[in-house]
Amino acid sequence: MRSDLDIISTWIKPDSRVLDLACGDGELLEKLQQHNISGYGLEIDPEQISRCIAKGVNVVEQNLDRGLGNFADNSFDTVIMTQALQTMRFPHLVLQEMLRVGRDCIVTFPNFGHWRARWHLAFSGRMPVSDLLPYQWYDTPNIHFCTFKDFEVLCRELGIEIIERRVTTQGSANALKQKLPNLFGVTAIYHLRKR
Amino acid sequence: MAEASTSSDNSIGIVKPQTAEFDEPLSLANGRSLARYQLLYETYGTLNKDASNGVLICHALSGNHHAAGLHSYDDPKPGWWDAYIGPGKAIDTNRFFVVSLNNLGGCDGSTGPTSINPASGEVWGPDFPSLRVRDWVHSQARLADRLGIARWAAVVGGSLGGMQAMRWALEYPERVNRCVAIASAMKLTAQNIAFNETARQAISRDPEFKDGHYQRSDTVPRSGLSVARMIGHITYLSGDGMGEKFGRQLRSGSFTQGQDEPVEFQVQSYLRYQGERFSDSFDANTYILMTRALDYFDLAREYQNDPVKAFSHAQCKFLVVSFTSDWRFAPARSREIADALMAANKEVSYAEIESDAGHDAFLLPNMRYQAVFGNYMAKLADEIETGEQEAGN
Repeated sequence: MRSDLDIISTWIKPDSRVLDLACGDGELLEKLQQHNISGYGLEIDPEQISRCIAKGVNVVEQNLDRGLGNFADNSFDTVIMTQALQTMRFPHLVLQEMLRVGRDCIVTFPNFGHWRARWHLAFSGRMPVSDLLPYQWYDTPNIHFCTFKDFEVLCRELGIEIIERRVTTQGSANALKQKLPNLFGVTAIYHLRKR
Repeated sequence: MAEASTSSDNSIGIVKPQTAEFDEPLSLANGRSLARYQLLYETYGTLNKDASNGVLICHALSGNHHAAGLHSYDDPKPGWWDAYIGPGKAIDTNRFFVVSLNNLGGCDGSTGPTSINPASGEVWGPDFPSLRVRDWVHSQARLADRLGIARWAAVVGGSLGGMQAMRWALEYPERVNRCVAIASAMKLTAQNIAFNETARQAISRDPEFKDGHYQRSDTVPRSGLSVARMIGHITYLSGDGMGEKFGRQLRSGSFTQGQDEPVEFQVQSYLRYQGERFSDSFDANTYILMTRALDYFDLAREYQNDPVKAFSHAQCKFLVVSFTSDWRFAPARSREIADALMAANKEVSYAEIESDAGHDAFLLPNMRYQAVFGNYMAKLADEIETGEQEAGN
């Protein structure tokens, strides 16, 4: 289980109804089912869709770049998007849609402000390539990187309240991440709602 | 609706149709009733001890009971869904007990327009009661009773068959565990009805049709039926698929300057062949009856035209599948089904399969379709087998 999914599953109340955007192989939804949390995953990758179905996870093929127009306002308790915001054509519109459809939402994404990324760019003069972000700039699903700071500025502009933020790190940077999350945090997990 | 797979690997083998006779009158949606009728059906696989592994196959417009296997060793073609029903296939006959019938009003052995009307002693012909999808569902429920199946593991169908599967979920919610609706719709569009009407007009304007009493006068409206089939066939394929298969290839003649040889495109002879073959084997009144049932179907009509309200009555889980190049039952129609199911808080999965085979794609081998459909059914079989073990302990 990915550590961000562990944290997320503690944030969602039992018996609630969720929508998991870009749900991948359905790992999170399968885990949530054990807490009687129901809902659907939206996914576009055929292989992942088949994996969800094999697990008995409800998955609906849908291109998120075309919005969530098929869902009514506040039709879910929580709308989740893990590690996919940076792949969206218009992340700010997706965020607004998530908060229209859900009462609250949970977003996780990789931090482009992490010191390794900064180091890479500053000293090699090239776009960072790492274990977590293993793609070359010209062939990557990640088209909209941001830092924690960038994201929080956007939330302010869109009138989104950050209920809670958690940061995961690699290795022994635990103490540092508390003080300097935008430098030492690898993945951010935000719990958001409309102001 | 059209070409089934000719692949016979992992075939269920030789199968034999069976007949079920029903004497208890069946009240129909149009207010009439059928005093007695018979249904022709086939079964594949074995019903388990608690009768929980039954899968009902609902056929489309021109389908019948022969969904899988062969009728004899020299049978040139297997059943119409042999690509997906058989040992190790998506509907695995090693795990499921599959029931496939010819619908009421059909012309392949179940009571229909070509049968004798017991009241008059004559062939029903055009006087056979018009049927709606729910009438088929009710008659199928009686067949289920006869076979000792209180609850289907799954009711499965493509196109018009998907409509039956969805109607099952609303008419008999407690009798359906899974509903699989493939390349289907909650109702036809105006364009779709228009195609059906053109096909019916081709039939009824054939002088041999005789207002539907052609059997009485010992004629067959062959040309009308064959044009009807040609129209249908065009709409079951995609433009790209047709282009790929036939292009502008000539079957005969040439465009050489100075030559006046009559030219025939491959696609012309293909369509004519399909039409003629169909008109030899299918009944015109049945074609009219079936296309009307398609036109009339509107899943949510009696639920204030609200699909969400309609589906709120269902208790089963759903799988909805569509094909990208299907314009007769477009992916948008299937997405409407999935959206309504989600809004009704029902369990549903939906996949849109890449294919250039048009509406016919639901009958044809396709890796991704196989994976989605197969995984869904395998998960269901796992659950049933676990339940059986628990019940046995």
